[in-house]
Amino acid sequence: MELVTPHHFLALGALLFGIGFFGVVVRRNLLLVLMSLELMLNGVNVALVSFSRAGLNLDGSLFVFFIMTVAAAEVALGLALLVALYKRRQSVFSEDMSLLRN
Amino acid sequence: MNLLDLLFFFFSSLAAGGGLLMVVSKHPVPAALFMILSLVGVASLFVLLEAFFLAILQILVYAGAVMVLFLFIIMLLDVGPDGGKASKIRILSGFAGAVAVGLIIVLLLHFSQQSGFGLSSNAWPEINADSFVNGSNLTFSTSVKNFGYGLFTKYMLPLQVAGFLLLAAMVGVIILSKKFRIKKP
Repeated sequence: MELVTPHHFLALGALLFGIGFFGVVVRRNLLLVLMSLELMLNGVNVALVSFSRAGLNLDGSLFVFFIMTVAAAEVALGLALLVALYKRRQSVFSEDMSLLRN
Repeated sequence: MNLLDLLFFFFSSLAAGGGLLMVVSKHPVPAALFMILSLVGVASLFVLLEAFFLAILQILVYAGAVMVLFLFIIMLLDVGPDGGKASKIRILSGFAGAVAVGLIIVLLLHFSQQSGFGLSSNAWPEINADSFVNGSNLTFSTSVKNFGYGLFTKYMLPLQVAGFLLLAAMVGVIILSKKFRIKKP
């Protein structure tokens, strides 16, 4: 692999992070906001694994393992919160979550 | 341009394109399916980076467990597509998001070109199959053995904390989704 350098992987990680960030800012459906958060974490994972491979150091890969654990816990809790919110508000859109507005 | 480069461009366009389609799709079910596509693309990139264990984990945890949970909740709540009205605040937030993303990517690329992140000129150093532990440095390896060794020696405390975090998340989810009946005196 000569043409593709670690910088390509880093650029892809930045791109995935950026797309995820865009989703978090723009989307109003909270399910899609959670999915975009997953995409951001995936961008970080790509960057960490490429650093780990290019530096021949396992620490980055091990950190990706922990990120996956935290992401799974986060998704489970976020979806449970979302279901609890839906029971109260009958909606998953962020503009309907206006209890603290005034 | 050899085969690995072609594979990189194919899988990276799969990951980025899936993510982009996920962000822009109106209905949540196609969004979840595009997200699965993107996650599979990222897993294939892990295979290209010779992190096979992480690729398997990515497929099992993300595409297998997390996205199934997402689809389950989408179908449970019966979420419809987003409302079509383009209010002022939506356009404004879209503009702000686009500017922020552009800034993030441009600044990251600029930084990566300027400093090079201290990566050596030899872009992909050879993996020594026999190397196991070099001092306190865990060397990168394709085998799961090194992975487990690192987890259970250097990262023992974080591993325990991660296990405890999963337990706490499980208890939290049960409490959040349980119906508590209020006892009347």
